[in-house]
Amino acid sequence: MTDLNTAPNLTDADGFYEALIAAHEGLTPEQSTALNARLILLLANHVGDRDILLDALRKARGTGR
Amino acid sequence: MADIFEQALYPYRRSPDQDAAAPARHPVIVVGAGPVGLAAALDLALKDVPVLLLDDNDRVSTGSRAICFAKRTLEIMDRLGCGQPLVDKGVTWNKGKVFFDERKVYEFDLLAEAGHRRPAFINLQQFHFEAVLLERLRELQAEGRPVEIRGRNKVTGVTRDDSGIQLTVETPDGPYTLEADWLVACDGAKSPIRSFMGLDFHGRIFEDNFLIADVKMEADFPTERWFWFDPPFNRGQSALLHKQPDGVWRIDLQLGWDIDREVEMREENVIPRLKAMLGEEAKFSLEWISIYTFQCRRMERFAHGRVLFAGDSAHQVSPFGARGANSGIQDADNLAWKLKLILDGTAPESLMESYNRERVQAADENILNSTRSTDFITPKSDISHVFRDAVLDLAEAHPFARPLVNSGRLSVPATHAGSDLNGEDALPGGPERTRPGAPAVDAPVGDGWLLESLGTDIVLLGINTSLPDMSGGDTLPVTVLTIETEDDRLGALRERYLGRNEQAVYLIRPDQHIAARWPTYDRKAISAALTAATGGMS
Repeated sequence: MTDLNTAPNLTDADGFYEALIAAHEGLTPEQSTALNARLILLLANHVGDRDILLDALRKARGTGR
Repeated sequence: MADIFEQALYPYRRSPDQDAAAPARHPVIVVGAGPVGLAAALDLALKDVPVLLLDDNDRVSTGSRAICFAKRTLEIMDRLGCGQPLVDKGVTWNKGKVFFDERKVYEFDLLAEAGHRRPAFINLQQFHFEAVLLERLRELQAEGRPVEIRGRNKVTGVTRDDSGIQLTVETPDGPYTLEADWLVACDGAKSPIRSFMGLDFHGRIFEDNFLIADVKMEADFPTERWFWFDPPFNRGQSALLHKQPDGVWRIDLQLGWDIDREVEMREENVIPRLKAMLGEEAKFSLEWISIYTFQCRRMERFAHGRVLFAGDSAHQVSPFGARGANSGIQDADNLAWKLKLILDGTAPESLMESYNRERVQAADENILNSTRSTDFITPKSDISHVFRDAVLDLAEAHPFARPLVNSGRLSVPATHAGSDLNGEDALPGGPERTRPGAPAVDAPVGDGWLLESLGTDIVLLGINTSLPDMSGGDTLPVTVLTIETEDDRLGALRERYLGRNEQAVYLIRPDQHIAARWPTYDRKAISAALTAATGGMS
C-alpha cells in the first residue's frame, strides 16, 4: 500500500480553497454539514484504499497534531 | 530637528505660470506626490520628458502607511537611480512566521534563492520612501532634467476638449489654470480627478477595522513578518508585527466591525491592547495610531483618453500582501516609457491602450489575491471559519495544509502573458519565469547584476551570442547588450534564461518586461517583435 500523502499536492491551493468556501455560500449550517459529508464520501471513494482512509481518519481525529 | 514629515520639503513658490496671459501648456502633468506620482515623475524626467508634478501638500506623508516595499519596486527604483538609499535605510526581510492561538504553525522564506541583487522585501515608512524619491528628484533637477514639483497646488477641476486637458489649480495666491497634453492622476484612493471626471469605482467593501500602531521599543523579535490567527492577546481576531527602521515596530490588530473608532483610537485603550501583546513590562512609546477599513475595487478602465490613472486612484486592495503601493509603482513603470515613445512620435497613441489592459490585468490579480487573503483572515461564515481553523490546525504537523494558510500572498509583479505587446516565444523549452510578458529576473553578471545593465531603452540581449549593431534603420532607440553565462559563477543566468539552450536572444522593454525571445539572432523576427512591443508603428 501507499501512505496517506500529506505533502502539498494541490495544483492551485488558493483557487481550490476559494471554490470550497464558495460551494457553501448561502447554505444553512445543517446544509453545510450535509455538503461536507457528501464531499468526504466522494473523495473517500476516489481514494479507495482502506488503510489510507483509516490513517486519514486517525489524523483528522487527532486535531491535526 | 523636526521629523522629516513635519518639514515643508517642497514649499509653495509662485510660478510664472500663475502670471501667464494664457494658460501654460505642459506635455505631462502628474498629480499627487506620493510614491506613485514621484516614481512616474522621476521616470519621465530621466527620459527627458518634461514633467510637472503637483501636490496639494508640501511634505511627505505622516505615519508609516505603506511599509513593505517589494523586490520588484526596489528593482524599479534601481532603474530610477535611488534603490540603494532605500535599501540602506530600510529593514531587509525575507522570512515570516504564522501563529495560531499559541502555536507556531508555519514559517516561510520568500527568497530562498541566491543570485538576486535585492531582497524579497524591505520595510520602510512611506515618508522615508517619499523623501528618498524627492531627494532623487532634486538631483535630477540639478542635472538639468526637465522636472518640476509645485507644493500646495491643489487641483480643483479638470476639463477636457479637443485641444487638450485643462486644470484649475488652487494655491495660497489664488487659483490659476494649466493645460496638459497628458495627465497622470496619482491622487490616491479618494482621487478628486476621478470624481471631477465622474468615473466609476466598483468593488467590494470589507466590513472590518484594523488598528495600526507604530511603537518605538527595544525588542528582540527577529526581523521577520509575524502573523497571528486568534492569538490569546487578541481573541477571535488577527495580529501582524513588522519591524521598521528607527527602532519602530508596526503592529496591526484586527478589531472587528462593530467598534467605536473614536474610543478605540484613545491612547488609554490602545496601550492595554499593546501590553497584552508585548507583555506588561514592555517599554514602548506610541509614534502613530490609525484605524483603517478597506475595499478591494478598481476603475473599469485606467486610461481615459489622455488621462491616466495610476496607483490607489485606479485600484485598491486589502493591505494583506503589500500589493497597494507596490502595484502602483509598477503602474508608473508601465506607463512612463509608453508616454515617452508616444510623445517622441515613435509609437502610436494607441500604445497607451496596452497600459490600460496590462495594468487592469495586474490589478485583477492583486485584487483576487488580496480578497482571498482577507476571506481567510476574516472568515465570512461559520463554515468558512471551521475550514480556516482546520487548515491552521493541520498545518503544524501536515505540510499539505501549509500552502492553504493565507495570511497574505505577498506582492509579486504581474506577468502580462496575454499582452498584445508580446512577440514570439521561440526559445525551445525556455524557462517559464522569463517567458514573454514576464518581468526580467535578476541574475549576477560579472561583478554586477543583469537588471542594472539593462538601462532605460529597449534592450536586445544576447546571451552567449554576439549581436550586430541595431542602430540605424529603426527609429526606436534599441540598446544591444551581450553577456556570457560564464560571467555568472552561480549558474543562475543559465537557469533563468537559457534552460537547456546554449544561447538565446531576448527583446526586453524599457520597463524590463520581456517582449520576445529566440535561440538565435533573426533580424526580421526581431523587427516584427519590436513593432508589436511598441504598438505597431515602427
